[in-house]
Parts: sequence; C-alpha cells; structure tokens
Amino acid sequence: MLMPAHGDTAQQARPFSILAQAVAGRVLDPLLMRTIRRLADKHRSIFDRLGPHVRSSFIIDPVEFPFVLHLVANPEALTFRTVPRDALPLHDALIRGRFRTLFDLVDAGADGDASFFSRDLEILGNTDAVVTLRNALDDIDGSIAADTADLFGPPGRMALAMVRRRGLAGAGKAAR
Amino acid sequence: MSVELTIGPIAYHWPTARKRDFYARIADEAPVATVYLGEVICSKRSPFFDADLPGVIERLQRGGKRVVLSTLAEVVLPRERHATLQLCSQDDFEVEINNVSGLAARGNRPHRIGPFLNATNEATISWMAGQGASHVCLPHELPAPSLAVAAGAARELGITTELQVFGRAPLAVSARCYHARAHGRHKDNCQFVCEDDTDGMPLVTVAGEAFLRVNGIQTQSESYVCLAAELADIVSMGVSALRLMPQDVDMVGVAQVFPALLDGGLDVDAATGRLEGLCSGIRFSNGFFHKVPGRHYVPVHAGDRVLQ
Amino acid sequence: MIRPDLICPAGTPAALRTAVDAGADAVYCGFRNATNARNFPGLNFTREELGISIAYAHERGAKVLLTLNTYPPAGKVDLWQEAADTAVALGIDALIVADMGVAHYVAARHPDVRLHLSVQAAASNPESIRYYCDHFGVKRVVLPRILTVAEIKPIAEAIPCEIETFIFGNHGLMVEGRCSLTNYVTGQSTNLDGVCSPASDVDYRKEPGGAVASCLSGSVIDRFGADEMAGYPTICKGRYTAPHRPDGYYAFEEPVSLNLARMLPDLIHAGVHAFKIEGRQRSKSYVRSVVSAFRTAIDEVMAGRPPNIADLVSLTEGQKQTQGAFESKKWR
Repeated sequence: MLMPAHGDTAQQARPFSILAQAVAGRVLDPLLMRTIRRLADKHRSIFDRLGPHVRSSFIIDPVEFPFVLHLVANPEALTFRTVPRDALPLHDALIRGRFRTLFDLVDAGADGDASFFSRDLEILGNTDAVVTLRNALDDIDGSIAADTADLFGPPGRMALAMVRRRGLAGAGKAAR
Repeated sequence: MSVELTIGPIAYHWPTARKRDFYARIADEAPVATVYLGEVICSKRSPFFDADLPGVIERLQRGGKRVVLSTLAEVVLPRERHATLQLCSQDDFEVEINNVSGLAARGNRPHRIGPFLNATNEATISWMAGQGASHVCLPHELPAPSLAVAAGAARELGITTELQVFGRAPLAVSARCYHARAHGRHKDNCQFVCEDDTDGMPLVTVAGEAFLRVNGIQTQSESYVCLAAELADIVSMGVSALRLMPQDVDMVGVAQVFPALLDGGLDVDAATGRLEGLCSGIRFSNGFFHKVPGRHYVPVHAGDRVLQ
Repeated sequence: MIRPDLICPAGTPAALRTAVDAGADAVYCGFRNATNARNFPGLNFTREELGISIAYAHERGAKVLLTLNTYPPAGKVDLWQEAADTAVALGIDALIVADMGVAHYVAARHPDVRLHLSVQAAASNPESIRYYCDHFGVKRVVLPRILTVAEIKPIAEAIPCEIETFIFGNHGLMVEGRCSLTNYVTGQSTNLDGVCSPASDVDYRKEPGGAVASCLSGSVIDRFGADEMAGYPTICKGRYTAPHRPDGYYAFEEPVSLNLARMLPDLIHAGVHAFKIEGRQRSKSYVRSVVSAFRTAIDEVMAGRPPNIADLVSLTEGQKQTQGAFESKKWR
C-alpha cells in the first residue's frame, strides 16, 4: 500500500482544494458511480481479468484537476469517486498524467505503453495492479468514454465530441 | 547408487597454455570421472585450442578420466554447422550435444544431451531417449520438484542425468557478442577481447550492484551456483553426475570438497566454508533449486530436506 | 512471388477482433496460463473466449494460431497437453510449439493439426529446422531475429517448410527459449512460466531532479533523466557499467523496436511466407494501427507499388527503431 499524500501532490492551496472538492464531489461523484456501475454491468469479464486486483485501490490523478479520482473495481463494493489531492486514501497504485493523456487511454485512442515511455504517464506503486487494470480495460470493444457519454444521452455525446476535439475546455463549453 | 563428479566445458576464452595446464592438473589431481572438452560458446575461439586437443585428451585419459566432446550452443554460420556435424559424426569419443543441429547429425547413435537443449520435462526426455540419448544434463533453472520428476523419469528410461552444482549459471546466449560491444567492436572484428576476462566481464547496475557477467555471446550469473547443501537431495532424486563448471579459482580444491561431502568426511557447513575459502570475494547462490530468484542463497541447515 | 500472410498478436478477444477487422490473415494468442510466453496478468484467453474468437475469425476468413510455446517443467506436462487438446477441439488452425515433448504429443495425438515451430525453439540453421520437420511434421518455422536477409534465403531453399519472420515490435536480445535472466532476478522463468520481467516485480522510483529509476526486484535496470524516454525494466535492455564502460552503457541493446518496413520486398524475395507482428501485451490501439499499416504496405508491395514507408516509421515515432540483425552481420 502506498501511504496517503505523496509529498509532491500536497501542494494545492488548501482552501481552494476543499472548495473545489466539495463542488466536484457533489456534481461528479454520482456521475462516476453511474459510469462504473454501467461498465460493471456491461462487461463482467473485466472482474475476471482483474483477478486478485479487484481489491486493489487505484488513484487516477489528472494533473490539471483540483482533485483526483479513487477507483476500486470490486464488484462487491464498487468505488469511483473524487478525493482531495492532499488527502489521498490508502492506495496500491497511482496513475498520473495530463487529462488529455488519461482521456485518450479510455477513449481507446492511445497506447498506454507509448504514453508511459514518452513520460506522459507516470505510474507509482504496484505496477502489476496497473498492468492488470490496463489489460482488463483493453478487452472492451469500442470506447469506454463513448459508453459513458451514451449514459447521458445527446448532451453526453456532445460533450464527448467536444472533448475529443479540444480537450477539457471543450467539455466545459458543451456543458454550458 | 553411484554418483560421479564431472568438469563441464570451459566457458571462457582462457589462453591456450592456461587451458593445457588446467587440464593437466585435473588429469592428475581432481577426483572427477568425466571431463567435457570443447568450445561451446564462440566458434571463433576454437582454432586456438584445436591443435592441443589430442594431447589434452590423451593426458586426461591417462589420468583415468572419461572424455566427452561438447558441441556449440549457438549454430548459425557455415563453420559452426560444419564443426557440429563433424563432432556428431565421429565415434571415437562420446559427444554432448548443445544444439538441435547436432541431434539431426547424430541420428540414433548414442549421445549426451547438453544443458542448452532444454530437456525440461519427462515427455521431452522420453523423446530424446528414444532417439539415442544416453545421458541428459538437466537445465540449471529447474526447481527441485521438477528435477526429481525429470531424474526419476530418466532412470525409468534407463538413462542417466546430470546437474550443475558449482559455478556461474549459464543464464543466456545471444547471436551478438557483448564483449566486443563493450569495447566498441562487433563480433567479426572482436580481436578476442574476451581473453582478458578469465572469469567473465562484470556488469554492475547504475546503482552499483554487481549483477551479471559477460562471456562473449554468453551472459552468466554474477554469483556462483553452489548446491553443496542440496547435494544429498540431488543424489536422492537419482541424479548421478554432478557438474562443476570451471571458474577462475582452484578447481582441484573445489573438486576435492564434493567427494568428502558425499561420503560424510565433511558436513555441509564445513564443505560450504571450504568452498567459500576457495572462492574469496564470490557470492554463492542456490535460488533456482528452491524456486526463488536464482541469485538468492537460501540457507539450508543440516536435517532440512527440500523433498518430502 | 509468394503472397505473405500477415500474422498479428492478440492479448484479449477485443484485440483479436481488432486485428481481424484491420486485415490480419491470422491472429496468434494464448491461454491464460504458463503454456505461452506472454503469461501476463489480465491478458490472454479462456477456453470460452478462444472458441468465440475462433468463430469470429473464421467467419471473416482469418485464421487463429495458438501459442503453446513455453517449456513444460517436469511434472506439469499435462497442462500443455490439455491446452493442445482444447485448442484442437475448438478448431484452432495451428499450434505454435517449442518443446520437443509437446511437439511429439501433438504430432502423435493430432496428426492432422498444423504445427508451427515457435521462435522459442531458436532454430537458426537448416539442420535444426529439418529435425523438427522430419520428426514432428512442422509446417512452418518462426525464425529467430538474428539472421540477415542474405542468410534467410539459403535457409528457405534448404528446408521443407514455410518461413515466418518478425517484422515489427519489441525483441529480446537473447536466444529465445534459453534465457533465464528473469528467473535469476525474480524467481519466475521466461522459459517455464512464460514470464519476462513480470510487472509484479517492477517498480519505478522517483529520484531527485525528475529522474526515474526503473527497477526489477529492487535492482536498478535503467535510470532516465527528466527529459529522456523511459523504458520498461527488461534486463537485456538495461544500462550497466563495466570495467571499460564506467559511465554506464546499454550492454546488450538500447531500448529499441524492430521495424522491417523498408525490407518487406527483400524478405518476400528471400522466400518468407509470413510476416509476424510482435505485441500480445500491447493495447488494441497498437494492434489496430500496426496491423492496418502493414496490411496496406503488403498489399502495395504485392501490387508492385512502393509501400508508404513513412506511415510505418511513424508507428514508433519518438521511440527508437532498428532493422536489427536483418540488415548486416555487424549487428552481432
């Protein structure tokens, strides 16, 4: 287990972080839960591929975000939620990169190995857990991002199209 | 059951005079039954010793040793194919085959299976025995339970087995010469720089950890495999030949430790202590046998038996 | 002129479908256990997945080959024999084997099933290849990546079976099926367990100044500066010091990928029957881009047109690539 709060991740100004977290949690956490439940229902084979790592705890850290994501892909106790960067829960592995890099991975557009070799992706902790998660998610046809967007109907698909074209700024525009 | 000691083929490019002296001492002083001769690693080295080979063979036989000729592990070039064919066609000496091209040349005539041929299991050993193999050197990376099954299967087939119990592990071979590469050369213009490293060229990690040894196209372990503490288990499995790989230490002294260990003249701790004294500055390992990282040394105490 | 088959990797059923859709003539894959040389976590096929995948491929005119290419340790031979029986029952198009005991079993039990000799058998001369053809009826040999194109041609003329060569992807430096470097360091065997630098033993350590050390079982295999491309801690791609190289150097090979895009016509003329892409452990996005690029390239070559090399080269953009041993003996 990695200990909470890596030295270099706790640099966010605390008041901003708490505020951002509160807003993000209120808005995003229900969406994240819906996403992971849908993924779990549609692709049971993921859990089989994850093997012992269904119990592994992952932190996904998009560096431009004021918060990070916490994932445990355990069918008995699914967890996918936002957490403050300066108060990380116990976790087995941390995956860090720019939003665009992380998004491209779940949109099936990018090769994880290539992103890692080019230093766009940083992996800390249990490498076996990360490789297993990557391999499990890779056995899903099409795009996880598109699956997720479908959950939210036409607005979801519109947001996805914008993110694909312009990154995060696009999603914000679509949401407005 | 009778157990014998063997001296494996010299893996390094020792100067000719040194090889001659080495085998003279082995012939006169080492309590070993069988000596494997021949260049196994690099075909470019062979010409240096070819002229001395008949004399060395004669000397070893005079010392009461059985001589077995070993073939190359890696066979690509015409001269390598030719050398393998030649060794496998003669009937004056037993031959230990290290490349499948040798099996093809040998046909059904009796032969030994070398450690590079991956006789890892009973099905393969059975196939090989059916094709004329009389003796199999088991791969160094097999863990104890597999060694026991393999040796048992071989015995039922009426053939004998051998295992390396001393010396650097032969971890890998390649088509590329890493000795030449370290000196900014390639294999064809190597100028035999490997001659300078009589116990292999050390590779150290960038963090300063002694890690591997380079011997031409071969990569060896930094540690010496030492299965002194496992010897009783190995013999009880039915392995009947124990191979000592020549290293740059007093190999006669090393060879003398093992019979004393086998007949109870030395206990494991005393034998290991004696070997450590002969190999100062060298780390021992026995991890492959215990199915842990090969480089590890698992302490085995008197009375511990790996196999139930 | 032979029209060479394009042989593509699949680590998951999704990757297999991706490869078939992208124009693979055949896809190779393995079961989720030690019987294949990419026994990685989360990867490979169950019996059910293989059955469905074979049906998918066959409906689209593609073949499926099973990698059964590790060496069974004594006492565990059953697992390899069961894998062969299962794949044959599911309608596999060929079994890719390395071990003589496994080859003999398949030849005796399933004489009608096509056998390919894996690169893990390291058969690098005509006599060795003929041995496997004569005794086990091997129909195709996957050549080790150590031969020049000039050396492949006479081999092709001297053997009674087809030749498959790797054209793209990662490649180890050691004679395949004979490398115990990983076992020496981690306790898991490449030859017996199908594992090379297992992720369970890998960690990346951040060092001061933005450098990262890639470690295997606690040993530093390489260290990358803040601006350097990183690499996986594969022992034969690591950086070490030696008495004559005090500053650290790639003692075996730099972290490069094989790319023979420029050599496709030469290889076809040398008598190669099948081109293989490495990468069962890579993502389906890798599979999609590499397979479709080489599909187009091979079709161009067969139509007598020069292939668009630039597209293929860009597949390893940013990373180093090499023509390895295929170009010149000086590689050795």
